[in-house]
Amino acid sequence: MSEADLFAGREDPYRVGRGGGNAKGATGHGEGGPSPKKTVASYGFWIFLLSDIIMFSAFFATYAVLVIRTAGGPTGAELFEQPRTAAETACLLFSSFTAGMAAVAAKREQVAASEIWLLATGVLGVGFLFLELGEFASLIAQGAGPQRSAFLSAFFALVGCHGLHVFGGLLWLGTMMAQILVKGFRPQIQRRLACFNLFWHALDIVWIAIFTLVYLMGIKH
Amino acid sequence: MLGKLSWSSLPLDQPIPLVAGSSILLLGLALVVWVVVKGYVPYLWREWITSVDHKRIGVMYCVLALLMLLRGFVDAIMMRSQQAIAYQSPGYLPPEHFNQIFSAHGTIMIFFGAMPFMIGLMNFVVPLQLGVRDIAFPRLNSIGFWLTASGALLVNASLLIGEFARTGWLPYPPLSELQYSPDVGVDYYLWAIQISGLGTLMTGVNLVTTILKTRAPGMSYLRMPMFCWTALATNLLIVAAFPILTATLAMLTLDRYLGFHFFTNSGGGNMMMFINLIWAWGHPEVYVLVLPAFGVFSEIISTFSSKPLFGYRSMVIATMFICIVSFTVWLHHFFTMGAGADVNGAFGIATSIIAVGTGVKIYNWMFTMYGGRIRYETPMLWSVGFLVTFTIGGMSGVLLAVPPADFALHNSLFLVAHFHNVIIGGVLFGAFAAMTFWFPKAFGFRLDERWGKWAFWLAFIGFYVTFVPLYITGLEGMTRRLQHIEVAAWYPWLLVSAAGIVIMMAGAAAQLIQLIVSIRNREALRDETGDPWNGRSLEWATPSPPPAFNFAVLPDVREQEPYWAIKQRAIEQQDLGPAPTYQPIGMPENSSVGFVTAAFTTVLGFALIWQIWWLVIVGLVAGFVLFVIFTWMDPQEREISAEDVAVADRRRRSAREAWLAQQGEAS
Repeated sequence: MSEADLFAGREDPYRVGRGGGNAKGATGHGEGGPSPKKTVASYGFWIFLLSDIIMFSAFFATYAVLVIRTAGGPTGAELFEQPRTAAETACLLFSSFTAGMAAVAAKREQVAASEIWLLATGVLGVGFLFLELGEFASLIAQGAGPQRSAFLSAFFALVGCHGLHVFGGLLWLGTMMAQILVKGFRPQIQRRLACFNLFWHALDIVWIAIFTLVYLMGIKH
Repeated sequence: MLGKLSWSSLPLDQPIPLVAGSSILLLGLALVVWVVVKGYVPYLWREWITSVDHKRIGVMYCVLALLMLLRGFVDAIMMRSQQAIAYQSPGYLPPEHFNQIFSAHGTIMIFFGAMPFMIGLMNFVVPLQLGVRDIAFPRLNSIGFWLTASGALLVNASLLIGEFARTGWLPYPPLSELQYSPDVGVDYYLWAIQISGLGTLMTGVNLVTTILKTRAPGMSYLRMPMFCWTALATNLLIVAAFPILTATLAMLTLDRYLGFHFFTNSGGGNMMMFINLIWAWGHPEVYVLVLPAFGVFSEIISTFSSKPLFGYRSMVIATMFICIVSFTVWLHHFFTMGAGADVNGAFGIATSIIAVGTGVKIYNWMFTMYGGRIRYETPMLWSVGFLVTFTIGGMSGVLLAVPPADFALHNSLFLVAHFHNVIIGGVLFGAFAAMTFWFPKAFGFRLDERWGKWAFWLAFIGFYVTFVPLYITGLEGMTRRLQHIEVAAWYPWLLVSAAGIVIMMAGAAAQLIQLIVSIRNREALRDETGDPWNGRSLEWATPSPPPAFNFAVLPDVREQEPYWAIKQRAIEQQDLGPAPTYQPIGMPENSSVGFVTAAFTTVLGFALIWQIWWLVIVGLVAGFVLFVIFTWMDPQEREISAEDVAVADRRRRSAREAWLAQQGEAS
């Protein structure tokens, strides 16, 4: 596909993926020819995100099975600290907002504004990780590490897997900021930034599930 | 410094793995030396290793798969011969080695034989059938392939360095936990499968996006060839099922490496959860294997019956039905878990229902043949062999789906015979049918027909002679994975089975001879028109082998069998139609990212298996540096000038015109 194809879908944003080829009167049964690169990149990334969410669902299911298997050790109600979790949630939700603002600035091709919003996203992400690692450290210090019981194994794996995703996202964020600074808003950078945004918001959705199923419901036990 | 690695990791006291491993190593080294001395390295690097062309990657997948199928077949020969010898005697394979062999056999055949072959086929064929120039993400495709190769390399390294798992192809806890499997065998399994599984997931994402988002103009969903539909279903299954495998193996890894308690006996772990999770992936996985084969047979049976596929829409529905229902039957792999009659009943019924989808397909294939002008060339022989064999295997599966019967038959050789019946009769026959069918498209000449027929008949007869005795011994109560036997009634059947595998060896030899003979006679077998079988879908509209850009001009699809319609129009009007105006085409430039990534994952995997922690840290840091470097480099496009496109297409058109003139004379 040539560079011109990239923008072919822009004339009519509501016909995403249908108007890329030479059939302008496409019927919606997928007769419009290959979609523009921009659509294909985001679409592929969506598919990846769905598979990632399925991976999380396996960890969620495991957690649901093992949450009562405390092996005589501490339960969630005894361990979880609400203020810390609230702060983590605030960090992550607010970072989704800043990531969204960065996307708006990127669409307008404003380098400084995008960089500032991305930096804010990164700082909030680091704050989240800092709080999470603090929680892990204090649990391990209390003798409630992942080796203590199946419940804690499942807890550390689920929350830690999300934390690893946030860490990976931060590394990605750093390289994106450098690329924008050096290369500006080329179509390729815009595509990657769109994928990064999708990733970051998806992590938010997973966190909301963790917050609800692990922390809020855990306190009841 | 070197973690668990020491001189005692080499099998110096075990002659069989030592000789086998060293000969593979020597053979590999000899091959590398030959390639270097002959000066083929630049060619290989430029045209294959760094290629992001979906056709080249597809071929590399299939070559890897064929090598691994041979490796797995050697394991099979060893198991059959051991059981034929070890009647009231220890045989020649000690138990700990025998256990590694059946584990490696299953792992290699499924993950590195059958699956890469099917993925390779989809890679090669799907963009051509959709009428487009490439796959959605060419560089990701290269990474996916090389990760699979990296996993295969790690599994084979276990032959010489350390040992492989002794747990069977699915490492059930508690046997696979550190307490009962303290050596690195299970770790080899875990990291090899994680690395290649990541590659498979990338390919799955890639092909789903390709099929749903990049098709030729006019190629609506209900005009896609059946193989594209089954490829779509397969890759949806990959995207939905492989993450479960990743999570499950990650949990077992955490248990083994960091003392977690997911599946342990102590600490509140639940080992049945592993078995549930692994089969929630494992059952969709069997359809990942067989659905592309169904697509292959649909294409071949319709082409060689000279008829459109019967019941195209019902075939689409049956495919998507199987795709969804395959997620609701996993518990039939362990009815004996003791979930109770109601749960077992529900899964037994679901299992019987999924056979309906396959039944629809079998009838559609038979009705496609009915009234057709059938040509029994090699691909069609494999297809008819499949119809018979797969139906028998499917029926023994429905029998096993009845929970009370399963209680008697589970874990027996009856089960082993059943799944070999469907995997060999379905997937392997499909792979060989597809290889004969699309080989001329990939390489420009057909495979030798006489040796192809020998290969088919030997494999077909050899299969029955090998596995029917296993059905019988299974019914007589022989359990699977026995290193030696004491029951006299089983012994004659095991001898028959060993004779069967000799026939299958002859079949495999016939395949190799077929390849050699065909390469030697390639001028006589040359496919000039690009359409050797009088095909119906768009891949036959390209020359053989197709140029890098596949289609000089994207085809305009107006019906369900576009190439058949184009051909009929041309014959009717005795004219190919006006030459199109050619435009320059931008194609992605080669990239070493896949090969380099795989080199790193191989080292990283090895370091993790042997717990060489400094190397793990170095590998991770270097991995991030590589990520930064590769994302920094802009992907380059090379432009193929309109002139070059025109030259290539005029050559194709003149071959077609010669063919058309022939047709005119004949009619």
